[in-house]
Amino acid sequence: MPEKILLNSSDIERALVRVAHEILERNKGATNIVFVGIKTRGVPLAQRLVAIIRGMEQVDIPVGSLDITLYRDDVSSLSFKHVVQQTYVPFDITSKHLILVDDVFYTGRSIRAALDALIDLGRPETIQLAVLIDRGHRELPIRADFVGKNIPTARNEEIKVYLSEVDAVDKVTVMRTEGGKNELK
Amino acid sequence: MSLSEPRPGTATRETLPGPSIDFWKHRHVLDLDDFSREETDLVFEIAEGMVEILDRDVKKVPTLRGKTIATIFFEPSTRTRASFELAAKYLGADTISLDAVKSSVAKGESLIDSLRTLQALEVDAIIMRHPCSGAPYIAAHNLDTSIINAGDGWHAHPSQGLLDIFTMRQQLGDLKGRKAVIVGDILHSRVARSNIWGTRHYGMKLILCAPPTLIPRGLPEMLERCSLSHVTIEYDLDSAIKNADIVMPLRLQKERQQSGLISSLREYIQGYQINAARLAGAKPDVLVMHPGPMNEGAEISPEVAYGARSLIEQQVTNGVAVRMALLYLIAGGKNK
Repeated sequence: MPEKILLNSSDIERALVRVAHEILERNKGATNIVFVGIKTRGVPLAQRLVAIIRGMEQVDIPVGSLDITLYRDDVSSLSFKHVVQQTYVPFDITSKHLILVDDVFYTGRSIRAALDALIDLGRPETIQLAVLIDRGHRELPIRADFVGKNIPTARNEEIKVYLSEVDAVDKVTVMRTEGGKNELK
Repeated sequence: MSLSEPRPGTATRETLPGPSIDFWKHRHVLDLDDFSREETDLVFEIAEGMVEILDRDVKKVPTLRGKTIATIFFEPSTRTRASFELAAKYLGADTISLDAVKSSVAKGESLIDSLRTLQALEVDAIIMRHPCSGAPYIAAHNLDTSIINAGDGWHAHPSQGLLDIFTMRQQLGDLKGRKAVIVGDILHSRVARSNIWGTRHYGMKLILCAPPTLIPRGLPEMLERCSLSHVTIEYDLDSAIKNADIVMPLRLQKERQQSGLISSLREYIQGYQINAARLAGAKPDVLVMHPGPMNEGAEISPEVAYGARSLIEQQVTNGVAVRMALLYLIAGGKNK
């Protein structure tokens, strides 16, 4: 099956605007909020959400980036490794409402790793999860607070998020693959 | 290909943390002579991620949870051993340390037997220091466990070489065209030897400066045979230091005088001590490094060791980050 486009640039933009509104509604404004994006594509998504909120509320919200490589539950069971990248959270997250941002929400294992990483950095008042795509197939009891788009998928389909900051283009695509589950490989 | 760029065709599934490493083939870290530019760069990139962990209040990640790292030192050491042990602990590993100087080795146990015992205890990596050059190679040949060389005789000290170059790059960025001078007891220095190999990828000049008695015989031939054309030997410190970006004095052991390699400490100080007057000939923003332990007042003057240009403390901190990166690459993932 060829790669099929599910969302284009304006679909992504509309979904993010709605998520930004929901975040403000849930938290009754933008005070005491910080954003942390999971590398790689959670970071530009977090920056876009913050830019949208800045346009509405005229506030600057700090954005950090989180590398979860060292917290993965498969570090000691895979025969290959990943490059550790730098975590950059240059602000105190303690007592903040922390919005954790990722692109695709799948088994929940990445989020589990991210929660462990965040808790090593401080004690936020709340951690809320915002994702662009929820594709289902959870393996852990974790849910998202804000979802850009729910896309029911089969295990052998692959969802790819392309963002202009990283990939020079904005789109979300689905593609059927030969193997089964291939997350965290 | 830059490692910070996501690889084409591997766009995200759920979260793709970093590109996967498929070119890392080292099971042991014995010296830097078999490290490619790509592999050295990889260690540095991962070490940068580790530096951030060292800044945290909670300096601990669970990456090597359930792994055991052993250190076995057949020669006294405080800083290297402490640095490796902290690195292992910050990554969540358990550590055991054998002081081989006092243990069963003193009762006559052989090197291989001591190491086989550690292997039988199922440790995931052995960090060893030994007074004989080549001892870690014998260990690596005879054992299945990963060996990290923490210094063997006069031969190699790879983690020190890596942390030195990492520190230079942190300060100066690209090292192309930069000039570093290692001054002093090159003859007995495994640090100098690992720096010779490690710096060969970075387009910099490395000058070894010492009295002729402290330069290993056969070094020029060895440099030529191994195409290490970035290294030159100088006997005069003032001409070696001219326009230098980095100056690294090596410890002068007092015993060298008894063995006749230097005629007197006073003469050595006059010719080779790194002090403020000497540094005036280098670049104005010259950086001073030292692999430690220092012999203040001998190879380095206190005002330079603790001065504004000194990176010596930073080297110690970076040492932990670089060793964390090595342990992640060696002990992380499935080894067995």
